[in-house]
This record gives sequence, C-alpha cells and structure tokens, in this order.
Amino acid sequence: MESQDDFALSCPIQIQRYPQVLLAHGGGGKLTHQLIERMFAPAFSNPLLGARHDGATFSVNGSRLAFTTDSYVVRPLFFPGGDIGSLAVNGTVNDLAMCGARPLYLSAGFILEEGLPMETLWRVTQSMRRAAAEANVEIVTGDTKVVDKGKGDGVFINTAGVGVIEHGLSISPASVRRGDTILLSGDIGRHGIAIMAAREGLSFECEITSDCAPLAGLVSALIEAGIEIHCLRDLTRGGLASALVEIAEVARVNIKIDEIAIPVREDVRGACEILGFDPLYLANEGRFVAFVASPDAERALSIMSSHPFGGGASIIGDVASASSAIVTLKSRIGGARIVDMLTGEQLPRIC
Amino acid sequence: MKFIDEYRDAKAAGAFARAIAEVTTRPWTLMEVCGGQTHAIVKFGIEELLPDKIALAHGPGCPVCVTPVELIDKAIEIASRPDVIFCSFGDMLRVPGTQKDLFVVKAGGGDVRVVYSPLDCLKIARENPDKQVVFFAVGFETTAPANAMAVYQSHQQGVTNFSILVSHALVPPAMEAILSSPSNRVQGFLAAGHVCTVMGYTEYEPIAARRRVPIVVTGFEPLDILQGVLMCVKQLEEGRAEVENQYARSVRREGNREAQRIIQEVFRIIPRKWRGIGEISQSGFGLSEQYSAFDAETRFGVVDYMADELSECISGLIMQGVRKPHECPAFGARCTPESPLGAPMVSNEGACAAYYRYRRSPLHEGAMAKEV
Repeated sequence: MESQDDFALSCPIQIQRYPQVLLAHGGGGKLTHQLIERMFAPAFSNPLLGARHDGATFSVNGSRLAFTTDSYVVRPLFFPGGDIGSLAVNGTVNDLAMCGARPLYLSAGFILEEGLPMETLWRVTQSMRRAAAEANVEIVTGDTKVVDKGKGDGVFINTAGVGVIEHGLSISPASVRRGDTILLSGDIGRHGIAIMAAREGLSFECEITSDCAPLAGLVSALIEAGIEIHCLRDLTRGGLASALVEIAEVARVNIKIDEIAIPVREDVRGACEILGFDPLYLANEGRFVAFVASPDAERALSIMSSHPFGGGASIIGDVASASSAIVTLKSRIGGARIVDMLTGEQLPRIC
Repeated sequence: MKFIDEYRDAKAAGAFARAIAEVTTRPWTLMEVCGGQTHAIVKFGIEELLPDKIALAHGPGCPVCVTPVELIDKAIEIASRPDVIFCSFGDMLRVPGTQKDLFVVKAGGGDVRVVYSPLDCLKIARENPDKQVVFFAVGFETTAPANAMAVYQSHQQGVTNFSILVSHALVPPAMEAILSSPSNRVQGFLAAGHVCTVMGYTEYEPIAARRRVPIVVTGFEPLDILQGVLMCVKQLEEGRAEVENQYARSVRREGNREAQRIIQEVFRIIPRKWRGIGEISQSGFGLSEQYSAFDAETRFGVVDYMADELSECISGLIMQGVRKPHECPAFGARCTPESPLGAPMVSNEGACAAYYRYRRSPLHEGAMAKEV
C-alpha cells in the first residue's frame, strides 16, 4: 500500500510546463536527459545506475557481467539496410559491447498489434535469428503480448541482454582522462536519414541504407590487442553530439573535436543540407566512439580500419583540460563553437 | 560535396578574412538580415575571423521568431479542433503560444503533422474529404511562391477542405523600420539571398540611395558571408551606398518573375505585426480577395485575438540588432530552448538559440578562443 508520503512528494519534472509526455521526451536529447535525471534516476537511485553507462556492470561470484535493455518502436518496420528485428538484436548487443562485455544471451519481448500479418512477424523473427547468429548471441527467453488494433504500431520489441567482461579494463565515462584520443568507427548519420526517408517517402538520387551492425566483434578485437580503452559509446538516438556531451558531463572534461575529421557520406550531407539537419545529431545503429590512451590511438585506428564494421574509422579529437564540461568543435573554416544536446528531435526547417 | 565544399574552404576563408582586415580602417556595424545567415555565422565561428572593428548585428529574418504570439494561439485553437488536420513545417511546433505549443496539442490528441511542402497538404486534403486540412503558411518572400501555389492549385482542382493560416512577412519594410529606429546602429546590410532569389533586388535600390546604406545581397555559406562582409565594408570605407550582388549564382536583379506572378495572383500586401517589434505597415502578405475563401482565420472564426508578450523578453531589441542575445539578463537562465521566453530561443535560425547552442556564454567564448 502506498504511504501518505507518496502523495505529498511533488513530481520533480516541471509538470506545469510538461503535464503530459511529449515525443521529445523519447528523442534522446535534453528532454530525455531531464526525464532520466529528474524522474527515473532519483526514483531508482543506486550506484550501478549512477554510472550512467549504456548498461550496468557488476560482479557475481568473481565474474564480471554486463546487463542492459532497450525497446524498439521504429516505423516503418522494414527500411533500407535493416528492420526492427535486426535493430532489436544489434542495439542490445551494441550496448553490451559498449560496456566492454562479450554478449552472451538476449531476451525478446514482443508487443504485437491485433491484425498484424503473420508473414510480417515471420520476417521480423527470421531477421532476429540471422542477426543473433551474426553477433554470436542466443535469444534464450521471451514474452508475447497482443494489444487492440490501433493501440500499437504493428510490432514493438524489447530486448535485454547479458554479457561477460573478460578483461581488467574499466570502461566507463568516469575513466575518461585528459589527453585521451577519440576515435569514431565510421561515417555518421546514415540510419537517421534512411529511416526519415522511408518514413516520409522522401527519395534521394541514391538509396541511403542504415548502418545497422553488431559492434561486439570490433570491440573485442580492440580489447584483445591490448588497447587501453577508457570509454566506449554507441551513437544511437541523439547521435555523436549527444553521446559526447553526455560523456563530457559525466567525466567533467572538455572534449574537442574537429569537424573536418568526422566522416559523413556525400548523400547524407546532401540530405542534411536539404532538410536543415546537422549530421552530428542523426541516429546511427552501427557506429561508436572510443576514448583511448593517446599512445594507443594509431594502433586502435588501424585495427578499426581493417575491420568490416570500422572501415571508415578516424581520429576525431581529444580530451583537453578539465576546466569545463563542454564539447567544442573546430569548424570547417577554422572557427570554433560549442556542441550542445538538442532539446528534442531535429525538426525540418522552413526555408 | 559539390557546390557546398567550395564555399566552406578554410584557406579561402582565411584569405577573405585578411582582405577584410586590410580594408577596414574604422569600426562598422553590419546586419545580416536572414536567420539562416545568423545560424551559419555562429555555427562556423565566422565572427572570430573578422577584425575587432567589424560588429555583426543579427537581423529579424527568422520567420518563426517574428510570428506574433496571437497567431500561434490561433494555430493552437484551430489544431485542437477534432475535425482538423493541422499541417506545419517542423520548427513551428515548438514555439510557445500564451498557454502551450503545438507539440502539446499533438500530445493531447490533436492531429498535427509535419510536412515538407505545402503541396503535400493538398494530397492529405484529398485523402481526408471529411476533415479540414489547414497549413500554417509561415515565412518571408522565400516560401510565399509555394504557399501561393498550394492555394492556387486547391482553387483550380476544387479542393474545398483546404485552407491556410497566413503569417507572411516582407523583408524590405523591416529593414526600413530598423533604419528609422532612433537606437539604430546598423550601417550596412547583408540582404537575404534566398528572399532576393524570388523577389530580385530592385526594391532595395531606393532604400540604399535614400538611407545612404550599402546593401549586399549575400548567400548562406561561410565564404558567401565573408565575401558579403568584404563587399559591404569596402563600400563603407569608400563612402559608397549601393546595392551589390554577392549571391549572383542564385540571384538576378529582377528575381524569379514566374514566382512573383503566382504571389501576386494569390496574395496582397497588408500591414502586419512582428513579434517583438510591433506593427509595420505594408510588411506582410494576406490572401487576395479572390482567394479569401482559403483563409483559415475566417473559416474557423479566430479573428480578434490579442496576446501580451512576456515583458522580460527583449527579442525586439535583438532582432533590431540593438542588443546581442547574451546581453539579455534572462539568456541561458530563465530563457533556454527547453523553456523559451521568446521565439528567437526556439527556432534554429533564431539568434538566441544559435548563441545558446554554439556559444553559451562569454566565459566559454574565452575558453574556446584560447584553446582552439
């Protein structure tokens, strides 16, 4: 039973401004951040959650484990370069990989909308099977619920994952140090534009495909080579910019990046110019940043570059003095600016 | 990327910066009129490349920013109706009205949709004959041709369940208003390249002559802006006040005649209120008599709305170039993109939002200048 206190506690989110949940609360920008910091984090407060990592890492009987979960609500269900099934497997595999863990087992929870064609569900399931095989994980438990027609968007999937950490590195935002070199595993923005184009019926001269891919293999190649990794972060919602801002804030460091060093494909840049988007904020599903000790940077780059999912890797910046927790970017023409988190989702501009 | 990278070249930018420094002997204040230019200036750090003597004032050319609060309230009222599909460009959805914004209407069950072209609304109207489809027609002369075309086609094709809520502003009267203000500091303009692509620049010639201000029609890429600044400063240093065209790859003196014809067909010039600035005569477009049936304000009876602007917001002074965003006491404290007091903090092209996103505070500017 709830105690009297539960009623007396005031909601920490400014409910006068946001009496209802907005789409932007799930956009991965500032409102998502606020929701986590002001509602979920204080409510569930504990040291593992406090690490603000892609997953929780902890020890059980001498084994270090990583545990994470994510829900997938993408529309359309199938898009160039992937689908909700491959996304649901790779997304959780990647969150485990970002903890430095070798992914072992996944759960799969399906929320299905009444009337969904069985053939669609079959295609999603087969895609999950293939993605799990490629990432070398097994889907070992699951759940199915069906909601009334109109109460869902075909298929929603939740996956949780467990992985094992088999090295002595401490990979987390708190381990980031002044002087660290920042590597990016490839070109950014493709997933965001691919989804946007499929959803809105926009067509570009050539098809832009999602970068959806499992990253655990590439991460373990770096670890096995003895690279001194301090932090890893995959660039999903909110893109490169939000990932770096979050790390800068948790680690209390000044992150400096160089716009020219950040690979963005021509077609993605073109789409961004048309829509008024900044590729720094576009979602990716197969890209990550690695903060490594600078003497290891060149070696890490060559390992990434020779891996199929790190082909376009580059060194994009470094960690400077820790006076202020901000991300600064040196622009193409040599000026400088701050990189901030977005308030909500990027919105197509007027002109 | 072709046609983009040529205009973002660091070496060429450096060469322009040196040329500007060479011709500058006195302090000058220039205003870039368009919000797209402001965004590029702050995003690429262009001011850092300019000599201290050159100050840039950020102009009123952000369509989101100058849309009056009561019009946002009208949009919210219309969008809240169960029989309406309300369509808008994305960046209008976050602009606060008196009570709420269009995102909140959407969260409350309103059918609010982001479209990429007003012509998409005609398709939506045809597919939903039992609904009223309303487009929020916001913008300067740049977006007017497409909005006019949507109304024209709707009329031609007999689509009766489509209307537009018009908030069209015109640039030249606003430039005149800025020059007439007693607190004006602007000595030269970088005119908005895309507005001139549609309208040409003959309208600016009498302003330059009468007011003795140089006006350089300027593009939006870093090198465009640097070249525009150079051309403008040269004129000032040489005592000239002419209209020059930096953006010749897009702008002709007479503009786009075809686009002007459709505007004249559908719209007429009316007085309008500018958020933060007030009413300026002959500074907006309204639907002409022949097309007045497509006016959402009359169709939904949302005519006499009044709304007070928050007194703490100094957006009017900012859009007239009198003050800079970070000089506002509310900037970054009580006014942020999450809880904006005024529209310039909302739109990507708003000066306050650009400063907040890319510059934040003088402290950061100092830190950046030293470290980069």
